[in-house]
Amino acid sequence: MKFAVVVNEGPYTHQASDSAYHFTRAALEAGHEVMRVFFYHDGVNNGTRLTTPPRDDRHIVDRWSELADQYELDLVLCVAAAQRRGIVDAGEQKRNRKDTNNIAPGFRISGLGQLIEAGIQSDRLIAFGD
Amino acid sequence: MNENASRSGAMTKKILYINRRAPHGSGYAQEGLDVALIGAAFEQDVAMAFIDDGVFQLKKGQDTQEIGSRNFSATYRALGDYDVHRVYVERESMTRRGLDEDDLMSLVYADEEDDWQEKPLIRIVGAKEMRDIIDDHAVIFNF
Repeated sequence: MKFAVVVNEGPYTHQASDSAYHFTRAALEAGHEVMRVFFYHDGVNNGTRLTTPPRDDRHIVDRWSELADQYELDLVLCVAAAQRRGIVDAGEQKRNRKDTNNIAPGFRISGLGQLIEAGIQSDRLIAFGD
Repeated sequence: MNENASRSGAMTKKILYINRRAPHGSGYAQEGLDVALIGAAFEQDVAMAFIDDGVFQLKKGQDTQEIGSRNFSATYRALGDYDVHRVYVERESMTRRGLDEDDLMSLVYADEEDDWQEKPLIRIVGAKEMRDIIDDHAVIFNF
């Protein structure tokens, strides 16, 4: 089965990021394809490398980065949602003249077209959030 | 994967954007509308549904000045130009909120199969029909 995953809520406030991660990992481990994980709304906050949770808590951002590294997973942050919420990659930093960027390894920033495309090309689009 | 792949490809799916939240007070309505507008570029078979507090998104005369947020409600009028030719609003959700058809914006699209005549975009449907409509779509985006 070819899945696409959408994460619509931010990490730590809402279980959606955790559930999406566990679903994605389980699907990959079971031999399914996850063609993309798309982060929208507050979900883009899953992709900032500045996240520093307490040591006894899970590191939601690092978990995604490690999964991306292991499975060559395509982690995409919506550019419009990311700009509103201050998630920046090197390209956006330059374009908007910011003094730094904060995107986590394994993530990339792209347009909403990537979400629509994921819906069209996957067998199942699974969304996490309210 | 690149964005052009699906534009040139033959794959057409029935896509339904479901809007369940009030237009202001959270960002979901505006960001949901953004998806529908971007989606037009993919030449899919696209419809929108408004359920629960989502029916408020189509209310006439929205004014956000006092709360200082962006009034994006005029954008709904552009839906017809963005290849959205079916907009379903759930009757029970409207009734529960004291709304009738006259409270909604008038949305139209130009029907290319009928000499570009302007036709109403909004159809008010009962909950049972809404269930069938949801069933009938291959991809659901829920906002």
